[in-house]
Amino acid sequence: MNDMSRVERQVDTNEIKLECRDCQVFYGDTHAIKDVNVDIEDKTVTAFIGPSGCGKSTFLRCLNRMNDTIDVARVQGSFKLDGEDIYDKRVDPVQLRAKVGMVFQKPNPFPKSIYDNVAYGPRIHGLAKNKAELDEIVEKSLRRGAIWEEVKDRLDAPGTGLSGGQQQRLCIARAVATEPEVLLMDEPCSALDPIATAQVEELIDELRAQYSVVIVTHSMQQAARVSQKTAFFHLGNLVEFGETGQIFTNPVDPRTESYITGRIG
Amino acid sequence: MPILWLFLIVVAIALVGYVLGRSRALQSAGGDSRNLHSLPAFYGANVALKVIVPAFGLLVIWLLVQPIYVNSQVSGMIPDTAIKEGSSRGLVLAEVRRTATGLDNAVAQGALTEDVARNARADFTDMTQRLKDAGQVVTSNITQTVLRGAQSYRIMNSSGYRIMSIAVILVALAGAAISLVQTNADYRARNVVEQGIRVLLLAAASIAILTTIGIVLSLVFNTWEFFRLYPASDFFFGTTWAPSFSGRGGASDLGILPLLWGTLYISVVALLVAVPIGLFAAIYLSEYASPAVRAFAKPLLEVLAGIPTIVYGLFALLTVGPLLLGVFGDGGLGWMKAGTAVMTAGLVMGIMLIPFVSSLSDDIINAVPQAMRDGSYGLGATQSETIRQVVLPAALPGIVGAILLAASRAIGETMIVVLGAGAAARLSLNPFEAMTTVTAKIVSQLTGDADFASPEALVAFALGMTLFVVTLGLNVFALYIVRKYREQYE
Repeated sequence: MNDMSRVERQVDTNEIKLECRDCQVFYGDTHAIKDVNVDIEDKTVTAFIGPSGCGKSTFLRCLNRMNDTIDVARVQGSFKLDGEDIYDKRVDPVQLRAKVGMVFQKPNPFPKSIYDNVAYGPRIHGLAKNKAELDEIVEKSLRRGAIWEEVKDRLDAPGTGLSGGQQQRLCIARAVATEPEVLLMDEPCSALDPIATAQVEELIDELRAQYSVVIVTHSMQQAARVSQKTAFFHLGNLVEFGETGQIFTNPVDPRTESYITGRIG
Repeated sequence: MPILWLFLIVVAIALVGYVLGRSRALQSAGGDSRNLHSLPAFYGANVALKVIVPAFGLLVIWLLVQPIYVNSQVSGMIPDTAIKEGSSRGLVLAEVRRTATGLDNAVAQGALTEDVARNARADFTDMTQRLKDAGQVVTSNITQTVLRGAQSYRIMNSSGYRIMSIAVILVALAGAAISLVQTNADYRARNVVEQGIRVLLLAAASIAILTTIGIVLSLVFNTWEFFRLYPASDFFFGTTWAPSFSGRGGASDLGILPLLWGTLYISVVALLVAVPIGLFAAIYLSEYASPAVRAFAKPLLEVLAGIPTIVYGLFALLTVGPLLLGVFGDGGLGWMKAGTAVMTAGLVMGIMLIPFVSSLSDDIINAVPQAMRDGSYGLGATQSETIRQVVLPAALPGIVGAILLAASRAIGETMIVVLGAGAAARLSLNPFEAMTTVTAKIVSQLTGDADFASPEALVAFALGMTLFVVTLGLNVFALYIVRKYREQYE
């Protein structure tokens, strides 16, 4: 099971997983996202940073069509996952969301047992042929979520009874159980204490070996710690996108510099 | 002095006390309200409270105690010899009270002078005639004892009320005086008023609780009375319901089982109709309907809850019954003899319960956090999977509560049953036969001409008590379910 740690970390030459061109989002009359172009690379952690209300969460929710569930939201532009437009009429958003998993800002375990929380995705997508396979998937996912050791003796206990940090790792385990190709994380640590945050960050770094991870965060330190690519959003515009090291040490745009040095935001 | 005047006088004293208290407080602070401990209005309210509360307290207690006292005094005046064979002291007392009222009214009409009403002794046979002439209801010839009792009853009552008026006004004035003397800039009027408000709210809550206890107690005592006349085992385990009315000989069979069976059967049919339809309607309204449809459909559905049950009863009798008879009756499948049946009442009651289930469930489903739905959608679940596996389990305690509330309504429903299910108490499995329920039989037992002390009438209380225990048990069970699942789901 520990072969993950032996996987070599590749940072440099990854192929593009998700290509976004000229993206616009409207909430009713509000133009929330303006002309955003981003390439999300495979096996990379991409961080979206920016002040509150800049549109980073909105943009993240475009990537698995979660904005479809909001009546007033309208999305334009081209989003290509492995070269296929995810907003094409033939694409089923339900299948897309199985491929592009999501972890939310607030831990939201279902009112079910820990086991059923993780087994939820595999069950609805029919990933397991029998109980033994399902057990295996649940254990593997919980191990990947770095929470197996803490909950293996009480898989029947309600997921809502865990602590905040455990709940969030359970939600991550739940998301990876459906074997997504891209994992979207919307401020996954904002409701957690520093210790739980460190655990989740470590986990994100491990997940990078297999998935393409996109994380929205308010903490610039967190973006610097976990990501290889960083995108800075401001007032619905993508201001700057590049290598994390370059963004934080040598930003091109004066707005990015102002933000990371704490003058705006 | 009528009570209304007394009431108005006390209120007037309170109002004057309010104004005086307020100005006195301001005066003691040298006209500057910033030097007061509390806002000026609190000083006024403090005085008004101390006028109203003791005065009205005394008034209420006096009104409760005086009739008891007067009755026992007058009762003591009636010698045992005055009580006829087959009569009782209570009946003679009632006669005394009637006569006293008659005298009061005759005096008010001017048919008798106050002096005659008070002091007439010898010509009491004449008194009967004079009261009758004055249009007063007097059942028999007034005896000397009754007349004297009535006279002292009147005198005691009127002097009692006079003393009461004086006492209440004195207490009100004393309250005003004491609180006005207390009033100065440092007096903590606000705290006193806050206490007063607290007590007022507490009193309102206790009245509600005490009334409930009173209702239960009256049920318990009458039920107890019934079980002294009729064996409890025959009541609880008897399988026939055949009351004989007016004591026309023959013992009654008062077994509750056929009624309980009818109640449960009709309620189950009603819930089988109401729960799926109501729940599905709630799911549609909260999860699928667009805001425009919801704004239109939800109030429309709730209109159903506002229809009086008698109208549902008519609907059952005139529309649903004949309709079912057409399909299942002799012209169709031949299972049904008449329009009134368990099915008729159950279907209509189910329709009545739909808005209860749907409206409550809709609120509960809406209360499930959006984060739950997002989490499920984010994993690639479809809308119906999300509802079935995430939203409904999270909303389950509330939905169970809504269903049990609907069940309580179904068990307590009367009018639909009277009109839709017939009046025959029967133990049968056929839902197309007429049956009746506990509530419908309570009505028919109490609206007959049976003696109120007979088991045939008293059985109504035993039935009511049983129904009360059943619904109470249902509510306790609902609470248990809700608690049990709440631990798991929050």
